Amino acid sequence: MADQTSALNRTPLYDFHVAQEARMVPFAGYEMPVQYPLGVMKEHLHTRAAAGLFDVSHMGQVMLTSSEGIEALALALESIVPVDVLGLKPARQRYGIFTNETGGILDDLMISNTGDGLFLVVNAACKAEDIAHLNATLPDHVTVTEVTDRALLALQGPAAEAVLARLVPQVGELKFMDSVRITVDAVEWWISRSGYTGEDGFEISIPADMAVTVAEKLVAMDEVEPIGLGARDSLRLEAGLCLYGHDIDTTTSPVEGNIAWAIQKVRRWGGARAGGFPGAGRILSELENGVSNKRVGLLPQGRAPMREGTPLFASAESADQIGVITSGGFGPSVERPVAMGYLPSAYSVDGTEVFAELRGKRLPVTVAPMPFRTSTYKR
Amino acid sequence: MAADIKFTEEHEWLRVEDDLIVVGITEHAAEQLGDVVFVELPEEGTTVSKDDEVVVIESVKAASDILAPLDGEIVEVNSPLSDDPGKVGEDPMGDAWFFKMKIEDMSALNDFMSEAEYKDYIG
Repeated sequence: MADQTSALNRTPLYDFHVAQEARMVPFAGYEMPVQYPLGVMKEHLHTRAAAGLFDVSHMGQVMLTSSEGIEALALALESIVPVDVLGLKPARQRYGIFTNETGGILDDLMISNTGDGLFLVVNAACKAEDIAHLNATLPDHVTVTEVTDRALLALQGPAAEAVLARLVPQVGELKFMDSVRITVDAVEWWISRSGYTGEDGFEISIPADMAVTVAEKLVAMDEVEPIGLGARDSLRLEAGLCLYGHDIDTTTSPVEGNIAWAIQKVRRWGGARAGGFPGAGRILSELENGVSNKRVGLLPQGRAPMREGTPLFASAESADQIGVITSGGFGPSVERPVAMGYLPSAYSVDGTEVFAELRGKRLPVTVAPMPFRTSTYKR
Repeated sequence: MAADIKFTEEHEWLRVEDDLIVVGITEHAAEQLGDVVFVELPEEGTTVSKDDEVVVIESVKAASDILAPLDGEIVEVNSPLSDDPGKVGEDPMGDAWFFKMKIEDMSALNDFMSEAEYKDYIG
């Protein structure tokens, strides 16, 4: 065990996690807190009731700039990301994906327009490949810089604004998906009003050397508890948000993955900048003609949680598997098991009953709309 | 009392009650599991072999199995646990027992750890 962990990276908040008595586990090459003494259930509920502090410094922070200006940069990124980057206004953020030639998904990411460049946040497990992909595909006028001297925190929950405003008073002015740089005491905070929990909240990039101090200040406030990866997963699951590498991957298209909303009209057939990204043929055709399989929300009808890999069948008797659960577990706020997975379109209508096979038994599961719990973003 | 309780390497406790053994998980195991949200118990009357998966317990994050510690027959299960799985975290050594089983040879219990040996085992 010691040998295994010694090869892992640590985030700037490692000492903070240890001081908070976190249980540390290997995750995407990092030693990360899976839970604190509060436990997954209470951490989840606390985030929805007040505010939770997450260390997401393992994720990749990447700055893109161009010698030819922001418009040329946006157009360059559009050649590998099928979203409207050119239309992304300064100080705004947007969800995006990197697609591959077969229309699958290499990673999902957040894109912020910083005015003088584009700031990307990508998944930890994909960041090395993403940066190689950016370097290999973007034109010479674009400079790709991994930001390695900043920590990334997420502060999520109904009290997040009040809490963060004690350190950065201006955050109250931000709306959902605003992304700004605010200088406090000569230090630049990169703050976006976004997150991965279905709650109002913020993602906060700060210099690595002040990360522990800021985290300590935040958890010293009554409303804030540190939250581990366990609750991060149950929170995003209730919010219906997909997890890369599980719910979407290189074999699923964004239309199958039910994230086609991320592809704005301008990049679709008939749009001014339609196509021009890897896999456009398949993806744009699917947008018009539909797909045979898609990601749906699933509510197991009993109490048994259904995890990733659980096979789905059309009936209690049928021999042929029709789909699979890609992530699932217990939802502490909805107080029941929740899941998502892939089903043929004919079975993807809300209310359809299918059957999961769990430990040799067929158990009923209902196709349901997501999120499982209404999100509370500040629009 | 302490002499009547044994511990397995799988972090189960086995308590002798008349001619039966009562099986549950240790506080250490319950702590590692975290908040239990689901318990699936076997049917009473089931004949089991050592290491059969007889109980499924799930926390928010993960599923784990409780194995039959010995060959025998499940004669009683703690049914209320299914409706109140959180009890596993609250009272793992007491109210949150999983099942009672009849084993052929009570002397087989001698192969398991005493409380002191278990404490050494978990360090």
